Amino acid sequence: MSPAETSTSSAVTLNINGEKHTLPVDHRTTLLDALRERLDLTGTKKGCDQGQCGACTVLVDGRRAVSCLQLAVAAEGREITTIEGVAQGDRLHPVQQAFVELDGFQCGYCTPGQICSALAVLEEHAAGWPSAATEDVRPEAGPPPLTPEEIRERMSGNLCRCGAYVSIVQAVARAAAQTTDGAKEQVA
Amino acid sequence: MREFGYERALDVPGAVAVLGGDPEARYLGGGTNLVDLMKAGVERPARLVDVRELPLDRVEPTADGGLRIGATVTNSDLAAHPEVRRRYPALAQAVLAGASGQLRNMATVGGNLLQRTRCAYFTDIGKPCNKRVPGSGCPAVAGEHRNGAILGASEHCVAVHPSDMGVALAAFDAVVTYETAAGPGMLALADFYRPVGDTPHLETALPAGALITGVTLPAAPVAAHSRYRKVRERASYAFAVGSVAAALDVQDGVVRDARLAFGAVASRPWRATAAERALIGGPADADAYAAAADAELAAAQPLSQNTYKVPLIRNLVVALLTELEQHGPEGAR
Repeated sequence: MSPAETSTSSAVTLNINGEKHTLPVDHRTTLLDALRERLDLTGTKKGCDQGQCGACTVLVDGRRAVSCLQLAVAAEGREITTIEGVAQGDRLHPVQQAFVELDGFQCGYCTPGQICSALAVLEEHAAGWPSAATEDVRPEAGPPPLTPEEIRERMSGNLCRCGAYVSIVQAVARAAAQTTDGAKEQVA
Repeated sequence: MREFGYERALDVPGAVAVLGGDPEARYLGGGTNLVDLMKAGVERPARLVDVRELPLDRVEPTADGGLRIGATVTNSDLAAHPEVRRRYPALAQAVLAGASGQLRNMATVGGNLLQRTRCAYFTDIGKPCNKRVPGSGCPAVAGEHRNGAILGASEHCVAVHPSDMGVALAAFDAVVTYETAAGPGMLALADFYRPVGDTPHLETALPAGALITGVTLPAAPVAAHSRYRKVRERASYAFAVGSVAAALDVQDGVVRDARLAFGAVASRPWRATAAERALIGGPADADAYAAAADAELAAAQPLSQNTYKVPLIRNLVVALLTELEQHGPEGAR
């Protein structure tokens, strides 16, 4: 196919929060812009638009990613979860509840990204992933405890211009404790 | 951003066949660098060939005790892999020291090696840059070069390679495998990046249209005893101003084997072979570690704003080797 024949747009089907949306997109469209400008899912925020602030964090196939560097056309076939898909109806997710109870925000602009990122932090930690704050990364050392230092490192891809970090760390720690307790109750 | 065509490759031969004949096409991995550069107008591909679905996403032990890492393995999966953490802990640490959780989930091993410098002149299309526009000049030499290279640079370019992963791969003798329409090939990481000279725009020795398919790490018992340390201007989520990957095997007070590589000092991850030669067979003490660092850094040619990198790297070498000697890869950082 010569460049002259190359199409620069495609019809894509995006699976977002369990719902399929088919729309034509210019290939230059990022997932972030598709969510906000085309599908009216404005919970995901645009901050720097260059992968440095984390405001646009969503989950792609269950893993956190910055939607500003993800082309919409390349997201076809993946399961995308945005902040709109985190709560179950009116029932907030424990991470959301902890952010509300502990004031894990001031202006709230970075919060959807913080919460999506925190959801993934809990999953990654539960899976035994080490971080740059982990003293010993060898598998024999076992999973590191989710200390405030670990939470800060793991959440470092999400900037908060208001500086609500102290409360954000507390909220993630509380959500982690509740999630672990919940898991124990289920096992018991 | 320039308009572009997009297609998703489903197998390696298909990917190289599509891209091979089109100099304006680029492979798209995680896109964390390429998409960003496209937004900035630095990269202007006419077509993208998405390689994320290729079956190159596994980390597999090799028969000799090494590892074979597929090109589309994400940074996250690489750093979390038990055999990476067990056999090459400095590699897991290096990967975890780079970017953020979100970016590590997207970024791939092949893309990491091919990412471009973050030199501010390279990423600003309003400025001259020999790497971006050959022959346009290098304003960094007389301008802002605080994070510029101290080794292997030239008057034509003082940009540094930004990879953390690559530093550990350099220390452990990684071999890059690739595929072209004419067949497969391989390059030792030591030969993968070209000297800067007067062609800073020619960064790798990969043939045109080649697709990186993976990285092979040979067995290296010393690598189980390794660490990575990175210095940056904030506590997390920033590029290095200097970093060191080190591995050390000491028996009866004598260095039996050692590996050293430096990051953010050159246009490539810098394997410190002179330092290794100075260490091996000698005493395992701080004076010897400092002398080894000096042996490597004797060739350093810092500019006015980055003379700090010479003592920074020297101190990192001494600290890291001392910690490895006294504590091994775990704890007491």
